[in-house]
Amino acid sequence: MSLLEVRDLHVWFDLPQGPPVHAAAGVSFALDEGERFGLVGESGCGKTTTILALMGLLPPNASLAGEVLVDGRNILAGGEDSARGHRWKDIAMVFQGAMNAMNPVKKIGWQIAEPMAFHGVAQGAAARRRAGELLELVGIPASAAERYPHEFSGGMRQRASIAMALACQPKILLADEPTTALDVMVQAQILELLTGLSRDLGLALVLVTHDLPVVAQVCDRAAVMYAGEIVEAGPVDVLYHAPSHPYTRLLFAATPDLYGEEEVVSIPGAPPRLDREMTGCPFRPRCDSYFDPCARDHPVLTLVAPGHLAACHLTGLPADERARREGARPLGGSAGSRSAEARSAEARLAETRSAETRSAGGRSADGRSSDLVAGEAP
Amino acid sequence: MTARTVPGRPAPDQGQRPGVPLLEVADLKTYYPVRLGLTERLTGGRREWVHAVDGVSFSLARGEMLALVGESGCGKTSTAQTILRMIEPTSGTIRLNGTDITGLSQLQMRPLRRKLQMIYQDPYESLDPRFRVQAAVEEPMLVHGLGGSRAARRDLVIAALERAGLSPAEQYLDRFPHELSGGQRQRVTIAAALVLGPDLLLADEPVSMLDVSVRAGVLSLLDGLRQGGDLGILMITHDLSTAAHFADRIAVMYLGRIVEQGPAKTVVRNPQHPYTKALLSVVPKRDPRQRSAPQILQGETPNPVDVPPGCRFQPRCPVAVDACLSEDPALRAIAGTAPGHQAACLLA
Repeated sequence: MSLLEVRDLHVWFDLPQGPPVHAAAGVSFALDEGERFGLVGESGCGKTTTILALMGLLPPNASLAGEVLVDGRNILAGGEDSARGHRWKDIAMVFQGAMNAMNPVKKIGWQIAEPMAFHGVAQGAAARRRAGELLELVGIPASAAERYPHEFSGGMRQRASIAMALACQPKILLADEPTTALDVMVQAQILELLTGLSRDLGLALVLVTHDLPVVAQVCDRAAVMYAGEIVEAGPVDVLYHAPSHPYTRLLFAATPDLYGEEEVVSIPGAPPRLDREMTGCPFRPRCDSYFDPCARDHPVLTLVAPGHLAACHLTGLPADERARREGARPLGGSAGSRSAEARSAEARLAETRSAETRSAGGRSADGRSSDLVAGEAP
Repeated sequence: MTARTVPGRPAPDQGQRPGVPLLEVADLKTYYPVRLGLTERLTGGRREWVHAVDGVSFSLARGEMLALVGESGCGKTSTAQTILRMIEPTSGTIRLNGTDITGLSQLQMRPLRRKLQMIYQDPYESLDPRFRVQAAVEEPMLVHGLGGSRAARRDLVIAALERAGLSPAEQYLDRFPHELSGGQRQRVTIAAALVLGPDLLLADEPVSMLDVSVRAGVLSLLDGLRQGGDLGILMITHDLSTAAHFADRIAVMYLGRIVEQGPAKTVVRNPQHPYTKALLSVVPKRDPRQRSAPQILQGETPNPVDVPPGCRFQPRCPVAVDACLSEDPALRAIAGTAPGHQAACLLA
């Protein structure tokens, strides 16, 4: 039995008008004690929605299906009543921008002790002593508990927000873009801290980020999300050296490497709208390898090799045909060919325009048009 | 890509002299005064200064892209803002096409500003949400009283949008920023800079707010613009991988100084300054098999109010010797590497 198991998780957001947004569409993964798991993808792919669902912290307009098992118990079965007992004690989270969300008029130590009192873990002097221990654990002298957030640097505040998440001794730590706003040197310090915590305390870590190199350096395994689904999952080494899904391969190719000589590509287009029924593969409009079945059938996540899953029609092909099709379609916007990208932008624009015209007269006919702005953070 | 002359733009030879770099910055210093509290004022406290830029020298040629890299607070953005004269330099000179612009009044600067254009980090913030694309790109011309008639301005807007990769431009003219993706928004801000026919683009973290899938497109656009040969780009970034890929030269800043500069590939592959070495070692690599032990510097950059004596990197330097405590090393050429490779280290 895994420490954390997510089974077929779906999240829909109701909007004031129009159909609900299917932000997470059948997400499944499992992780064990001490394991470091990465969740990667572009903005709007459902990474944050997924981990907020694990915390039971989705907004009121969200509805949810599926199971989240911690030590075999479904923590979402009884809604808020069952989630409350696990939140912070079993699963804790470092929110995106947490270091900038501290209470400016309360001392750091008080802020770390507060959840302990609230969850009945420790009170008064005991909680204060434990807050000092937690600060030491994340590399800050215990005496700094008497200081205010503005006296801390960005890196120290991020350490303190990690200490806060650890206040109730969770087994699972979810970290949403924990180093995005930090400098490389401070990023390296925080990643070293998170790696050390998972190694020394057996903490299972879910690292949500758009930064593939961070996942490659920190995590054992990772899942690549696209349009609310996991499209590929496996050991990070396999994802980099032998990706099965074109999106994984292209994401790596879009990330410049310090010593890499190869061309950095851009993936034209944007993730599809999630408030429409999709036929075929959600990635097809941006893919460089699509073929006949991609427009028709939605690929399902299947086992490619032990521990390696991918949702791509290519994986069902014989090796030689697969090699022939992989990357066979020119990508509109590879580096250097600006006009090609402009052409694809034009095509998308035309597509959006026609979709708008069609939806004006009722529902979009194919329900498949990828919107110009879909997937961008609001 | 061939150089395109934007219609309505003055001939690019204006002020352009052979052999003179487009931009030449010499020993630039920008200090900000620290505001004194009431008690300090009453007790006659000493006026203190933030040494944001503390002796920066570099030059940039047309057709060149120079990346200024470093951690936050190292003075990258202050350097760019001083070059634009958005903040006043404390000392030093800034030469544009050989002309010293340091002493010019704001009124004299005005016609020159169109030659110096800035591209900001966050296209979600830098575009007015109520301006359509056409108005956003047209506004700089109205400010500078350029472009002629309304129809002529529209043509210039279209030419600039096309040049920024938004094609066909007519499709974008009437759109609002919220109808555009992040990459497209950034292209609009680039078009608004290009419409004035600048000589120098200062791009402050131009892709850090964009999704990784579209970053390469925007960077290639900048790359293509400067390869046209009539403008130079100073790119400010904290991302060494991006700098290594797209810039010709890299200048590494630490605490208000350039501590190492040289051809991008040389700096990345053969770093000489211990700070550059440490910075490069912590850049996460894409390949999980390349998990080298990062050389993590402890603590953070010291406060630029109290710059350490001797070498400013000495308190965090893993290889500092006694001489580093007293001697402040200047940038000097490194023997045996590429021409133009310099480092400010006694041991290099």
